[in-house]
Amino acid sequence: MDSLSSQGPAVAPLISVQNLSKSFPGVKALDRVRFDLRAGEVHALMGENGAGKSTLMKILAGVYRKDSGEVRLDGEPVEIQSPAHAQSLAIGIIHQELHLMAHLTAAQNIFLGREPRKAAGLLLDEDQLNRDTQALFDRLHLVLAPTTPVGELTVARQQMVEIAKALSFKTRVLIMDEPTAALNNAEIEELFRIIRKLKSEGVGIVYISHKMDEIQRIADRVTVMRDGTTIDTVPADTPMPQVIAMMVGRYLEHADKHIPDTSANEVLLEVRGLNRGRTIRDVSFSVRRGEIVGFAGLMGAGRTEVARAVFGADPLDAGEILVRGQRVRIGSPQDAVRAGMGYLSEDRKHFGLATGMDVESNITLPSLKRWLKWGVFLNRAAIHQVSQQMVDKLRIKTPSLTQTARLLSGGNQQKVVIAKWLVQDCEILFFDEPTRGIDVGAKSEIYKLLIDLAAQGRAIVVISSELPEVLQLSHRVLVMCEGRITGEVPGHQATQENLMALATRRESATAPASAAVH
Amino acid sequence: MTQTTASSWLTRLSGGQAKQMLLAFASLIALLLVFTLLNPDAFMTKDNIIGILQSTTVIGVLAIASTFIIITSGIDLSVGVLMTFCAVMAGVFMVNLGLPMPLGIVGALLMGALSGTTAGLAITKLKVPPFIATLGMMMLLKGASLIITNTRPIYFSDVEGFDQIALGSLIGDLIPSLSIPNGVLILFLVAAVCALVLNKTALGRYTFALGSNEEAVRLSGVNVDRWKVIIYAFSGGICGIAGLLIASRLNSAQPALGQGYELDAIAAVVIGGTSLSGGVGTILGTLIGAFIMSVLINGLRIMSVAQEWQMVLTGLIIILAVYTDNLRRRKT
Repeated sequence: MDSLSSQGPAVAPLISVQNLSKSFPGVKALDRVRFDLRAGEVHALMGENGAGKSTLMKILAGVYRKDSGEVRLDGEPVEIQSPAHAQSLAIGIIHQELHLMAHLTAAQNIFLGREPRKAAGLLLDEDQLNRDTQALFDRLHLVLAPTTPVGELTVARQQMVEIAKALSFKTRVLIMDEPTAALNNAEIEELFRIIRKLKSEGVGIVYISHKMDEIQRIADRVTVMRDGTTIDTVPADTPMPQVIAMMVGRYLEHADKHIPDTSANEVLLEVRGLNRGRTIRDVSFSVRRGEIVGFAGLMGAGRTEVARAVFGADPLDAGEILVRGQRVRIGSPQDAVRAGMGYLSEDRKHFGLATGMDVESNITLPSLKRWLKWGVFLNRAAIHQVSQQMVDKLRIKTPSLTQTARLLSGGNQQKVVIAKWLVQDCEILFFDEPTRGIDVGAKSEIYKLLIDLAAQGRAIVVISSELPEVLQLSHRVLVMCEGRITGEVPGHQATQENLMALATRRESATAPASAAVH
Repeated sequence: MTQTTASSWLTRLSGGQAKQMLLAFASLIALLLVFTLLNPDAFMTKDNIIGILQSTTVIGVLAIASTFIIITSGIDLSVGVLMTFCAVMAGVFMVNLGLPMPLGIVGALLMGALSGTTAGLAITKLKVPPFIATLGMMMLLKGASLIITNTRPIYFSDVEGFDQIALGSLIGDLIPSLSIPNGVLILFLVAAVCALVLNKTALGRYTFALGSNEEAVRLSGVNVDRWKVIIYAFSGGICGIAGLLIASRLNSAQPALGQGYELDAIAAVVIGGTSLSGGVGTILGTLIGAFIMSVLINGLRIMSVAQEWQMVLTGLIIILAVYTDNLRRRKT
């Protein structure tokens, strides 16, 4: 299957992974995965969310321990025990969320815990610290003062600091998890320049990304993962459709997508002139009964912010919200729920679930008032009954209604969050990254559920960073970039290309919100 | 496969919680055994056991009040002083103003709830962290108690029957050989009612939910601020009960008393398995925690261990209790 192994050099690869498996409660995250990385190559790792890329990389970086299988470094089997151990093995990782301390300077961040000392180790040698950091920056040809507090840097610059930090450990294997997700074009060029530099020094780079064009530009080989298994490793110049086919496998069939005509339906939600600082700028849109409206855009484009603002979770600077044609004042999530809205957060663990509580407590949380006797006591029988109905209806896999939510798989957790809004009978539902961290099987179930919910006459807003997901679900797609809506595309005309073009239309000639494209 | 409604809230505990409770209970039994063996004559006597029960009443009630706050992942440093404030206000109502006892009692409880409300409002509306808000309340209430009483105790000698609240014995009236003071009954009554509230009412459900994930609760459309104020007010009212108990036992309101009780209360809560990071906790555990503390102090005192050493040992027990709790948590 590995068509390239014969071309490889005789020396052992930097990293070689064989038959690696890893399970989490309820999910088999990795199933006999194979992967190898050579010195001086950029090896792209592609696959849908939940395909297992991050799990694999976290095992290499010592964040998780493998269940079975083998990892070899320079041909020698290694047991990676911890992140610190991975560092000592010269494996570095740049996480998607950067782990820097905003109040410390770049230099202090890079050498945290390893600060050079003076005066017999009693004092920190700040000068030496800054000199060492400057040397690292010089090596990357990075113009940046080591004494700048990290909090004052752009995300791109912070990422450079992370890279410099990884290099300070004499890293030979550098894992980058979606490094360009929050970068603009110029910043991406800068990143690529640094990647090429590292490559020329013999560093092996694992590059996780969803962006085809980038991978074709920077990568040497591509390994595609799906459902926790390795599909194949191919040269990076393999035609794009072929790679996509390997990636999406079975469920991405556009053919069966049916877009109902909802143009005559009642407008359930209308938003006019929404503004909030620099994150939301003049956003207007409407959603009709039965309609699924997709919000596409890059990370940080302002989609989540719009949903949170409409839902009352964040305050607004300006804007009008109309529900069923009536102007409503929404100052808190409570107001939004009263107006018939529900919001499923992109971050279940922080905003969606009370993970320490059981399934039925979570399902009945927004609607608890309805399950009280004399307005005070919990009516446990009713709570059981409605929760059981939801568990059956959404096919939530849980050993019991009193199972702690934390112990469910990602897909089932998400269904619990959906259930709590269904119990509340919300007509307007915001789904923010509804399938993040969910395995593929559960994903298609959630898709089906969203389509059913719309068919029952609800208005659905789906926010997703996965274009295939937006394409598959949306009857209409709104694209955002830098807080503005940069375009609207009917579902049957939307393609990855035209959405991506709109998503990167920065500070364009301020196209009106409803401008059609192409 | 769902649990039946017949299963009581006691068995609804998760496995880990049940284990912690069992552990705490086993520790209590072990302590009792050890002290019985070391003092065969003095420890396991009726009088001493009643003494232990009696000495747990005030801390027990305060610990129950704190349990609610700690489950929301908050902390209340003001419970000890609030207890005193309520005792003082009971004195003001009944002695200084001469109101009838029932009115005085209700008034004192309301003052507790009012103070709790104030702390709750400072936390939710002014966004002052619970630690600071209740630290402020602690100082404020202590000052208020001293000002109101002019730093002198208020005696309830003229309020007929007031000392019977804690010291009388309804059980003793029925069974003369078993003179368990009313204060102990009140402690168990408060525990039972609070367990009911914590496990069977919306207030209890939101208490756990807030401690488990406050933001998720807010995004569920629940008025988080209002519920938090209600929880602090409820807890304040319970502190009022503690205030009445101590005032009744001393037959006076001692304005300088109370500081330090909050730490004993927190210790009892933590020994009982309630997590300081919130979302987890039981009233029964707290009750056991409170008894562990009093048994320890009582047993050491009978053995004539100096008070300084009692403190040292209590400190060690608290750290040990939380350490075993952590061990258990890491395993699950």
